[in-house]
Amino acid sequence: MHVHRFERIWLVGSLLLIALFVATVTYGAVGAGYGMVDAEGGQVDGTDPTASENVREPGVYNGSEDGHYDVYVETQRFLFVPGTNEPIRVPANSTVTFHVTSSDVLHGFEVVGTNINTMTVPGQKATVTAEFDEPAEYGIVCNEYCGSGHHTMEGSLQVVPPSEFNETSEVQ
Amino acid sequence: MAHAHDDPTSENRAQSELTAGNRVAFVDQYPTAARVTRLCFGVSFTALLIGAVLGIVQALHRTNVFRGVISSVDYYTVLTGHGVLLALFFTIFFLSGVFSWGVARSLDRDLLSRRFSLFWFGLQLAGATAVALAIFGGFVGEIPFEADVLYTFYAPLQAHPLFYAGLAAWLVGTWLAGADWIRLYVRWRRDNGGERIPLQTFMVLTTTLMWYIATLGVAVEVLVFLLPLSLGLIDSVDPLLTRTLFWYFGHPVVYFWLMPAYFAWYTILPKLAGGRLFSDPLARVVFVLFLILSTPVGFHHQYADPGIAEGFKFVAMTNTMFLLLPSFLTAFTAVASIEYGARQRGGKGYLRWMTALPWSNPAFAGCALAGLMFAAGGFSGIVNAGMNINSLIHNTLWVPGHFHLTVGTASALTMMAISYWLYPQVTGKRLQFYGLAQIQPYVWFIGMALMSNAMHRAGLAGVPRRTAEPQYQQFSFEAVFGSVPEMRLQIAAGALLLTIGALLFVTVMAGTWLAERGRGRLRVDSHLPEPISGVSDSPRVLDNMKLWVVVAVVLVAIAYGFPIYSMLADGAFNPAAPPVPV
Ligand code: HEM
Ligand SMILES: [Cu+2]
Repeated sequence: MHVHRFERIWLVGSLLLIALFVATVTYGAVGAGYGMVDAEGGQVDGTDPTASENVREPGVYNGSEDGHYDVYVETQRFLFVPGTNEPIRVPANSTVTFHVTSSDVLHGFEVVGTNINTMTVPGQKATVTAEFDEPAEYGIVCNEYCGSGHHTMEGSLQVVPPSEFNETSEVQ
Repeated sequence: MAHAHDDPTSENRAQSELTAGNRVAFVDQYPTAARVTRLCFGVSFTALLIGAVLGIVQALHRTNVFRGVISSVDYYTVLTGHGVLLALFFTIFFLSGVFSWGVARSLDRDLLSRRFSLFWFGLQLAGATAVALAIFGGFVGEIPFEADVLYTFYAPLQAHPLFYAGLAAWLVGTWLAGADWIRLYVRWRRDNGGERIPLQTFMVLTTTLMWYIATLGVAVEVLVFLLPLSLGLIDSVDPLLTRTLFWYFGHPVVYFWLMPAYFAWYTILPKLAGGRLFSDPLARVVFVLFLILSTPVGFHHQYADPGIAEGFKFVAMTNTMFLLLPSFLTAFTAVASIEYGARQRGGKGYLRWMTALPWSNPAFAGCALAGLMFAAGGFSGIVNAGMNINSLIHNTLWVPGHFHLTVGTASALTMMAISYWLYPQVTGKRLQFYGLAQIQPYVWFIGMALMSNAMHRAGLAGVPRRTAEPQYQQFSFEAVFGSVPEMRLQIAAGALLLTIGALLFVTVMAGTWLAERGRGRLRVDSHLPEPISGVSDSPRVLDNMKLWVVVAVVLVAIAYGFPIYSMLADGAFNPAAPPVPV
């Protein structure tokens, strides 16, 4: 079969480009250590996630090491608990793992302006880890349609200076 | 007549071609196929019209430009209607129509049975009507129908059973349509033992086989889980499993949006440009690649899902990147064929040949502008496809920004453009309001350039898709490029132009439909010139559909076998989530 020379050049070029895309993403995942949401969080109860062993009551907890925190968030129509009625507060200079579950339908957990962006699915626990170097205030939005009040589902995340963070009262 | 500019000395032009510029309209030669195409187009364009009206309503509402039409609660009824009518019905009814035309034309025979063809059309229409009733019943409190579940209908959100039953009926209708085309091919094969499959039929067959493989996922989702759930026969589902089944179908469906456009770019656009297709065998390679690669990629819609191991996502991503290949090849072939056409028309120079193209022919202009936007859509798609950068834009307005370039323009504008050329042939009527048709592709193009660029940028600022409200109480969005009010304005202005574009198109079509036959020359004919490199010297294995189906099924089994198995291992209904009626 006759393949025109230009077409052959184009074909090889395209394949190289594709290989390059795959390589950059592989580098991002393996080399730069960007952690995807994956199956690591494990399964949970579909309507009452906190009843499961791997989920704690909503709130901020000390993590496995110093400066690490675990934040348990439950999404439900149309609230982040915590997040909506009271902000999630963590100190700056910390590594935070969010454990996000849903007790009704699919939701999204997007920290606006960051790459913290995961789906929450009833029956699954999503875990995402992020580092917060500077004090800042972020919005949280639900970015998966969850029903007629979906557009009201929001919250906030406050990264406060360590001096303003009270380890004893704010950590459970 | 565009092809009159073909190089008359070209040697591979068979004599038959010179005379085959059939002056008999398609409708007189193949009345059944013409009728089916007309009916399918009628439904398709009606869906486009309603969808476009819903589109402008939601664009103005969510940008806060005009909120007087609906409440924010009804926004999701509108959005469900927009998504379902445009993404499923406008596109697939068009596909059903144009493929019925394509098989009849390229196999040179009419559809076998008028009754059977009308039956599958009727079933598709009945299903689609039921779905539309279920959705729009949501506007009226007294009607028990409710289906604000968007076109992705993720469980455990639950719609009225009519919604799922309608979807199922529509799906069966599409399967029967495929069977109709396949059986025409089988009959043709009986009479033409050793011949190569004509190119258009080749494309129809590969696309149809792909459709059978892909719709299996959604059929299981609807018939085994969602319909029984909505009827109360089962009391819970595993939302991750149903979502996975949806995306098993939901990615390949993207190619059913695109395949009619590719079909047109390969087989019709070269003629419209005044030239010929660059290479028939490469067109076949492209369609085979789609058949085998387009299903095992669905997990790239689930990069942000918990419960799916990173490895599976990685496999999907690699497949996705390779799926760029057929699109890159298409870009090459389309541009090469157009350039050839331009040079046949006397075009010269490095880029100046472009001015020799028939930009005032709406069929050509629409296809060419659609192709251009598709290139832009390809770039934003590469960002979506990268599993790490994806988390920057997942479920933000970037995503609708992306797919209004692809399905909303590459497919939609090509479909409209091809209709300017094809509809006269299946009706025997001259295209009416030609001047409106001539400006329409440009109106759409400018409108989409405005709306889509602003949606992309809003997405980078974190603005979510699928929300009725422009802002939140606890924080405000900060634009990375431009400003948020400026983006809103561009989205609204673009949406307005797009809606005008859709109305222009529908006016031209309705005018043509209502016109009388025989008034004025048709201006078009369905003769398609032979490709520059013909099929005869290409390997016969390309035409071996059975082989490609087996390869496709094996790849699907590799990509989906283990993940689905692990979701089923703890029971198909576990972890259990009870339905949440909308
Ligand atoms: C008149 C032209 C159009 C306008 C003004 C328009 C406007 C919009 C807007 C503003 C959204 C985003 C809504 C949101 O996420 O909150 C949207 C979503 C969408 N549009 Fe369009 N659109 C148009 C044409 C089309 C066409 C031609 C197609 C496909 C063939 C299409 C398919 C979709 C789909 C699938 C969605 C996503 C629905 C969902 O998220 O569930 N649109 N459209
Ligand atoms: Cu939500």
